[in-house]
Amino acid sequence: MKFSIKAWSKGGGRAGVLQVGGHAIETPALLLTTRKGLPNFIPPDLLSSLPDPDSRLLQFSPLHFSEGISLKTISELGGLHQMLGLKEHVFAAVPRDSIISLPEYQSANKMGASFETPCGRLLIKPVQYMEMISSMKPNMWATLADEVPAWVSEKRNRTSVDRTVRWLDECITSNVAANAGGAVFGSIVGGSKIEERKRCAQEVAKRDVSGFCIGGFGLGESMDERPALLNAITESLPQDKPRQICGLELPEEVLQGVAAGVDLFDSTYIYHLTLGGFALTFPSDDIAKCYSGEQLCDNGTDGTKINLKATVYRKDTSPILEGCKCYTCQNHTKAYINHLFNVHEMLAQILLEIHNTHHYLGFFRVVREAIKRGTFQEFRQNFVESRRDRIFAAALSA
Amino acid sequence: SKDMALRFEILGRFNRARAAKLTLPHFVSQTPLFMPVGTQGTIKGLTTSQLEEIGCQIILGNTYHLALRPTSELIDELGGLHKFMNWPRALLTDSGGFQMVSLLHLADITEKGVTFQSPVDGKPMLLTPEESIQIQNRIGADIIMALDDVVKTTITGPRIEEAMYRTLRWIDRCIAAHKRPHDQNLFGIVQGGLDPVLRDICVKGLVDRDLPGYAIGGLAGGEDKDSFWRVVAQCTAALPEDKPRYVMGVGYPLDIVVCSALGADMYDCVYPTRTARFGTALVPEGVLKLKHQAMAHDTRPIDQTCECMVCKNYSRAYIHCLVTKDAMGSQLLSYHNLFYMMKLSRNLHSSIVEGRFPEFVCKFLQKMFPEGDVPQWVCNAMEVAGIDISSCCSPFPSS
Ligand SMILES: [Zn+2]
Ligand SMILES: [Zn+2]
Repeated sequence: MKFSIKAWSKGGGRAGVLQVGGHAIETPALLLTTRKGLPNFIPPDLLSSLPDPDSRLLQFSPLHFSEGISLKTISELGGLHQMLGLKEHVFAAVPRDSIISLPEYQSANKMGASFETPCGRLLIKPVQYMEMISSMKPNMWATLADEVPAWVSEKRNRTSVDRTVRWLDECITSNVAANAGGAVFGSIVGGSKIEERKRCAQEVAKRDVSGFCIGGFGLGESMDERPALLNAITESLPQDKPRQICGLELPEEVLQGVAAGVDLFDSTYIYHLTLGGFALTFPSDDIAKCYSGEQLCDNGTDGTKINLKATVYRKDTSPILEGCKCYTCQNHTKAYINHLFNVHEMLAQILLEIHNTHHYLGFFRVVREAIKRGTFQEFRQNFVESRRDRIFAAALSA
Repeated sequence: SKDMALRFEILGRFNRARAAKLTLPHFVSQTPLFMPVGTQGTIKGLTTSQLEEIGCQIILGNTYHLALRPTSELIDELGGLHKFMNWPRALLTDSGGFQMVSLLHLADITEKGVTFQSPVDGKPMLLTPEESIQIQNRIGADIIMALDDVVKTTITGPRIEEAMYRTLRWIDRCIAAHKRPHDQNLFGIVQGGLDPVLRDICVKGLVDRDLPGYAIGGLAGGEDKDSFWRVVAQCTAALPEDKPRYVMGVGYPLDIVVCSALGADMYDCVYPTRTARFGTALVPEGVLKLKHQAMAHDTRPIDQTCECMVCKNYSRAYIHCLVTKDAMGSQLLSYHNLFYMMKLSRNLHSSIVEGRFPEFVCKFLQKMFPEGDVPQWVCNAMEVAGIDISSCCSPFPSS
């Protein structure tokens, strides 16, 4: 894996290129959240319909495989790329996925981190985690972290930093690590304490890692306190290594991360939207034009997304988003997807996940372009304000 | 003949078996043919482009479900079911009667039609033959089915006779109500339970109406296999050569092979997709239960001889860890199972056209019954079909 920065924009934001798995992927980039390595709903043969190479990054949690298949079998199959028939994709391992593998700080102890998963509560020790990594052979992997929510005591937060740094050392020095391959992303925690965030980032930066994985966000901290925390972290990190983050979902949150110099994000947002029947429709191609404020939307929408379960789409034969090049918009109408939701058919989620993924990847492309043009700050401001206006207007008209 | 929206050209035969080209308004399909069931305007968990890739030619919609949601009026307004679900190939809808009788406890059949309690508001409703056809005319499938009086094959007595005669009376009402004979084909359904005399009267009555195609109904409902194939054999022998014959509700690969040998052309069943959702894959040896613990360590594909997307990429072990837990498990298994059914259809067609149908049947039976323990009913049916399967039956049958 190689990483290089191509452009900085005022107001924060950096555009780079991540060379990994034979692809040159531009950052800031979206990692597609998966369940057991495949998208939640998008069938593997339709992955190729998504923008390329933007859609090549797949994030997974090794903990998903705690049940049903052994590490030995995964090794025999040749690791994740072989097992999933996705040899040309890039896999990034992160223990926590914000969906079905959630940190459970109260049960963590000095031996290992604890997670709430569909296989029950699991205590994962660094050596076990490394065994998973070495059998799955991802292109990139984050080290094991003791993630804590924003409200824990200072003492617990300090412990979390100490443990996370110690586990990092245990991960990279364990004798299975040599066999694992892949780029190591050192995990950074520290909760809502700026000093602890700094201390952790500085300690991790001293280690031999290829990148950083910022954990402990989306766990109860407020959006307002986040910029200071993120900046404290990124200012303590070397410029030339990629930074991944977990737990930032909404476009506004992603923009916060980008502004602080984060490069890689996950797509939990898409999963939650898709389950709720929501399709992203915010215009992102030409922000200035699209946000002139003319088309405030009717029912089932807050102007940034629509709910396809709404009755208003019963007879709507237009695609989710006019001009969208995704498989869903090229082939299906809102009326059909509305029907699929009404009758609880799985195809509804499949089609919606395709559109939302396509659209969110487009949002990331626009973000990168704004950085390259040097207008990220204006872009962010316009985007956040007009989305706020639209949500507000929709709330008033509802 | 008059008022038909199909062409049925037989390309090859082996005794009673036939392979044909069936030209429908939306697709030219090849028989024998399995038709997957897409109850609510979708085959569960598969996109229409995947269905094309799998090789599906005709898919089924269930009139009862579609009439409830999104309603036939809406489908009509939006340009028909093909357009609504974006399926460019052929569609078939059932009459809605069978679904009512099987899904609703309070359905009752009178001369007027099927009366039932609305699942929406509980009010009594009536589905007449005229109404069933009107609804199907609005949905717009290539093939529509007459409303018949369905009785369980396991029932005996005068009810069977009543249902058969009523089915014959209703076919005239269906024909009279059918407003789109030039772009939709109305198939009549042969009833008569397990009684050869009643079946014969029904076949003759329907053939007199000169319909575009005929279905053999009232089977696959729990009757014994010997009764099943005998009814199929009797009906296929009496139905016209130049019209497609559709055995309703049949979907086990073995049943399809036997019925094709007896001269049937079309089949439908929820089995391949339903069993996929429960973690079962169809394979030449029979079925493979992916939930089974032994699968957790099995690095082979579901079926080494299958060229489908799933078998090319995934191991039994990986599918094992998905099935019954993750949506993707049933998506991948449904894909494989339908691919298997369509491949079976293609193999039936080509082996008949190429004059090697008996060899195909023998190979199929050998795979499924490696010990030579081919069920007696299959042996009996194959004798009537004129297919020598002695090479795959054990010389000393155990029972
Ligand atoms: Zn789209
Ligand atoms: Zn297969």
